[in-house]
Amino acid sequence: MSLMTKFLGAAATLALTAGAALADPAIIYDLGGKYDKSFNEAAFHGAERWAKDTGGKFKEIEMQSEAQREQALRRLAEAGANPIVMTGFAFGDVLNKVAPDFPKTKFAIVDMVVDQPNVQSVVFTEEQGSYLVGIMAAMASKTGTVGFIGGMDIPLIRKFECGYAQGVKAANPNAKLVMNMTGTTPTAWNDPVKGGELAKAQISQGADVIYAAAGGTGVGVLQAAADAKILSIGVDSDQNYMHPGQVLTSMTKRVDNAVYEAFKAGADLTPGVKVMDLKAGGVAPAMDDYNAKLVTPEMKAAVDKATAGIEDGTIKVHDYTTDNTCPVN
Amino acid sequence: MSFDTLISILDSTVRLGTPLLLACLAGLFSERSGVFDIGLEGKMLVAAFLSAAVAYMTGSAWLGLLAGIAGSMAFSLIHGLASITFRGNQLISGVAINMLASGLTVLVGQNWFHLGGGTPALTGAGRFQDIELPFAAALKGVPVLGPIYDQLISGHSILVYAAFLAVPGTWWVLYKTRFGLRLRAVGENPAAVDTAGVSVVGLRYGAICIAGILCGVAGSYLSTSLAASFGREMTAGRGFIALAALIFAKWRPWYALGATMLFGFLAALSNRYQTIDLGFLVIPNQFMDALPYILTVVILAGFVGKAIPPRAGGEPYVKER
Repeated sequence: MSLMTKFLGAAATLALTAGAALADPAIIYDLGGKYDKSFNEAAFHGAERWAKDTGGKFKEIEMQSEAQREQALRRLAEAGANPIVMTGFAFGDVLNKVAPDFPKTKFAIVDMVVDQPNVQSVVFTEEQGSYLVGIMAAMASKTGTVGFIGGMDIPLIRKFECGYAQGVKAANPNAKLVMNMTGTTPTAWNDPVKGGELAKAQISQGADVIYAAAGGTGVGVLQAAADAKILSIGVDSDQNYMHPGQVLTSMTKRVDNAVYEAFKAGADLTPGVKVMDLKAGGVAPAMDDYNAKLVTPEMKAAVDKATAGIEDGTIKVHDYTTDNTCPVN
Repeated sequence: MSFDTLISILDSTVRLGTPLLLACLAGLFSERSGVFDIGLEGKMLVAAFLSAAVAYMTGSAWLGLLAGIAGSMAFSLIHGLASITFRGNQLISGVAINMLASGLTVLVGQNWFHLGGGTPALTGAGRFQDIELPFAAALKGVPVLGPIYDQLISGHSILVYAAFLAVPGTWWVLYKTRFGLRLRAVGENPAAVDTAGVSVVGLRYGAICIAGILCGVAGSYLSTSLAASFGREMTAGRGFIALAALIFAKWRPWYALGATMLFGFLAALSNRYQTIDLGFLVIPNQFMDALPYILTVVILAGFVGKAIPPRAGGEPYVKER
């Protein structure tokens, strides 16, 4: 009820100041939740950083169920929020429907391409970042077996998996890969127990570095890896701090920068597809004090070399989503 | 499949089957007394949350376990109040329990820890550590039996052993005690029990309290032993699988052990192999995940013996005047 009042209030203020519309931006987090320690949390940090830098305010909504998507989006648009940023591929269909109804509002969607004149689609080259952590994993592994645990089985996660596999094979062509997906429903993002169990199954198959691209499920993977005293790799946000000295690195996806820049552009947000690649700092393996001891100089050199190669085009990392196949597995 | 692989899959089966087993026994007590309990999921969730929260704050997994049991009991009593005392619909009350638990854990968790409904990670004594049974290391070298004892039987959390002991315990209570006889009777024909001068309401409350305790242990096992923190919706449908296992087990304790371990085994198998190649046919992972439900439907349809629920199940008892 109070939320409604807030919206009505916001709408009323907007009506009064129409013309010189200085609307607040808004952000909608996907089902993983604002504090998933990963993807959505990164988006939240970006929004927070914007609020701190500019002193501005922003509206936010956390999804609780699939059914809320359209409603939340329409509510924010009707309340005059501009631009509206949403995190997650799952908003694609809904946004395609809603965007034409609010031609004056700008939308930004992360991880999905929506072809509408008032939508900015921010996509990341996860395969490149995953390639780099794959190189590190293969070099850190003593058994020559590395693991990957994905969240929900969707092309986006396959893209992580495929990039990782290519990186691993590039560093050690004989490496063995063990890959698992947690599930095929959205609960796969939030099942740390199953994540831990998958990690244990991979460990018993010899894996000693496991990359988790699984949202909240990844917390369980990192925990199981730390319990078994092997290395893990985090995703989206920098998760190195969660088990210091046991998380090799994190494949950070600068969702925070995407949100920050969208908020900063405000109503002047440029529509179209915005690719945040390695060159643009969109993806990168996280290096900080927590994993400094784990990263050897050789590893660092290999990553730098591959980074340069990807940036100048001499190394091509295959993107799974272009043809739904992976050259290595 | 090598012997080591088999052992590690069975080891995983035990871990995955334990929460199902505890929840299934909880449902067994409740349903045998004539109170349908689809709130198993919610009670486990509340227990998982409170266990992790209290274990984090006090640094003791045991206090966490107690808190989890208390939370689960409280929800059991809400269910009892609605469906026994006020004779409401047991299914609707159970659904309400699930919704309440799902919302409340996140709300309270966010308020306490500001981690989006989760709890901080538990360390040291805040978690139930795995127990090494005596001679496990010494017997390791013995062929066949060594790995079975060392990896499969030894090295689980104390809650796992408690869950396995709960099976003969449940059998003994149900079939060898006066309380058990009355409990079974009250689920079949409450009027007869009432005529004999035994309180139907009292017996049913007793049954759901036991269910509360067992669900509490199940939830606690999830968050303070298997995982090391609570996460939003972390039960992920295990309460419903336990319910399916209960039907599969035809409401009997030893069958419940078999059913939950079978379901645990299927889950462990699908964790280990993304696809199972039988040579002439490839079984996808999703089929393994769906198999518990398919088997339950098969049993319900009466293909493999009949699953007959307690006759008075689902009906509130109204005393004749």
